[in-house]
Amino acid sequence: MRLLTIILMDGTVFAAVLFLISVGLTLVFGVLRILNVSHGGIYAFGAYMATYLAIKILGAGASPYLTYLMLLAGAIIIGMVTGPIIERVFLRRIYGSDQHITLLLTFSIFLILDDLLKLIWGTKPMFVSQPYTLLGEFSIAGIPYSWYQVVLIVVSIVFGGALVWAVRGTRFGKIVVSVINDREISQAIGINVNRIYTVSFTLGAFCAALGGALIAPTISVTPGFALDATVLAFAVIAIGGMGSLEGAALGALIVGLLRALAVHLLPEADLVVIYLAMILVLVVRPEGLFGQVELRRI
Amino acid sequence: MERKRLPVAAVVAGLVLLAVPLVLPEWMKFIVTLALAKFLAVLAVALFLRAGMVTFGHAMFYAVGAYTVGFGAKWFGLRDIVLLVPLGAVLGAVVAALVGLVMARYREVFFAMLNLAFSMMLYGVLLKLYWLLLKLYWLTGGTDGLSAGAPTFLGYAPPREYLRDFLYYATLLVAGLAIYGVYRFLASPLGYYLKARADNEIRIEYSGESVRHVIYVTYVLSGALAGASGVLAAFTVGHIVPEYAFWIQSGDFVFVALLGGFESVPGPLVGAIAFEFIRTYASKYFPNEWQMTLGIIMLAIILFRPGGLWAIYEELAARFGRREREAERA
Repeated sequence: MRLLTIILMDGTVFAAVLFLISVGLTLVFGVLRILNVSHGGIYAFGAYMATYLAIKILGAGASPYLTYLMLLAGAIIIGMVTGPIIERVFLRRIYGSDQHITLLLTFSIFLILDDLLKLIWGTKPMFVSQPYTLLGEFSIAGIPYSWYQVVLIVVSIVFGGALVWAVRGTRFGKIVVSVINDREISQAIGINVNRIYTVSFTLGAFCAALGGALIAPTISVTPGFALDATVLAFAVIAIGGMGSLEGAALGALIVGLLRALAVHLLPEADLVVIYLAMILVLVVRPEGLFGQVELRRI
Repeated sequence: MERKRLPVAAVVAGLVLLAVPLVLPEWMKFIVTLALAKFLAVLAVALFLRAGMVTFGHAMFYAVGAYTVGFGAKWFGLRDIVLLVPLGAVLGAVVAALVGLVMARYREVFFAMLNLAFSMMLYGVLLKLYWLLLKLYWLTGGTDGLSAGAPTFLGYAPPREYLRDFLYYATLLVAGLAIYGVYRFLASPLGYYLKARADNEIRIEYSGESVRHVIYVTYVLSGALAGASGVLAAFTVGHIVPEYAFWIQSGDFVFVALLGGFESVPGPLVGAIAFEFIRTYASKYFPNEWQMTLGIIMLAIILFRPGGLWAIYEELAARFGRREREAERA
């Protein structure tokens, strides 16, 4: 029972962060039809920037409650900077080319981001724990948890809900759906498709950075955790269905819980279990749980 | 005209490669041998790039080859390169035949990422196995990996000072065989279908060939190539670690294929040699920005010269040829 509680709680917390990252990846894929391999790099940048800002503001003697603001600021800065740059400068040149070109391009951006991170912040781990410890603890079945973990879950749910509302319930969302369905017709009826691409990619980048910023206080950020994020987020959206928001939520829960299960029961196999799950889902249902079968065009 | 020119260039390149151990210093010999060994794996990755598919996981078969050497030496006392290269290729092909059953169903991002997933699974297993082995067999030592030992050649153990040369020529021979084999494969109907896949998959099926079959056969072939590559690289480096299966290694293969140009068979060879030299110098002058260097070169190639180094060479050759012809006419 105790173990079950631990697994459920850990899994949900991890799923919450994973959802934030994956929903960005799935959004970018849905609109731009590009699998952004550099997504994990943006996530790592978000984590570093948030930690850096939080440490700075604590060093300046400000109230520790301001660190929450700094986490958010870090995510916004990274999202607003990396998103438009990557989309405008690089991706825009290769729209319409084959998938393997876009994969290679975002892969090279990933390589650059990964080293840039080390150049800017060095290779020493960075850690800021105030946001985590500040909110105090509570216990379930005798196991102490930080309220910060609850905050993570709440933020993730609210963010996901807002995103669904933005896509389904607003004018912007209708325009995005129209661009997803047919780029040329959308352009013909007067939609600025390029702008939608930039906005969507920036929003996706912001999701990744936010995921990084929010998880930063719970871990110590070290170089090299970027690729794991890309691969895990890909596993999530492959399980859920590429381009599906609900799929990302369900996929994140599955992957999060599986990982928690593996970490506590079979610690040698934590990543293997996730990859196995992804392969199983793809073998049984190649389009993912919520994905739509794509028509093959001649 | 073109047909005549190419074999001449090939003969010249072959002669230069044959002369390498006679003229180059020891450290360069090592670099070129390693480049030739890795070239086989790059060729495997390039096959898929021709078909418009990226794989971020071929380090998996490379590692299978390398560990064939490691475990072969450890458990069975196998050290003969003439035996181990085919064995590594066969094991690579067997693993590819199994993984390929799943992989042949997927394209594009799924193909790339599933390959990554499989190779990272192998990496995880090797890492654990490696620690297990460390506990079981190397309680005494401070060793951090399996050792390849010195290879024998059909039972003959060359003297130490000539070992590098023997290894070099063995690698060159295997690379030559691989070039021939891949040429033949690409000239076969399957090879043409593979290239056609990049343009239109459904038309291939209309013409009566199963795309899945084409990709499966290519996958098995690529596994064999990468397996042989791993054996040779393991002997060259002399040291086998789980990093052989790591994603960075797979990424390197893709990078080299792109650098040299995957549209041709010699392209990856040029790329592989250029790559090892770039790496040697880059790690000397800016050791911490290695990945960034790779990323920037790769970006530049994708955006400005998608054909890689080989395309630049062909462009130059064409320009040179035109000038020659004009001179003949005048």
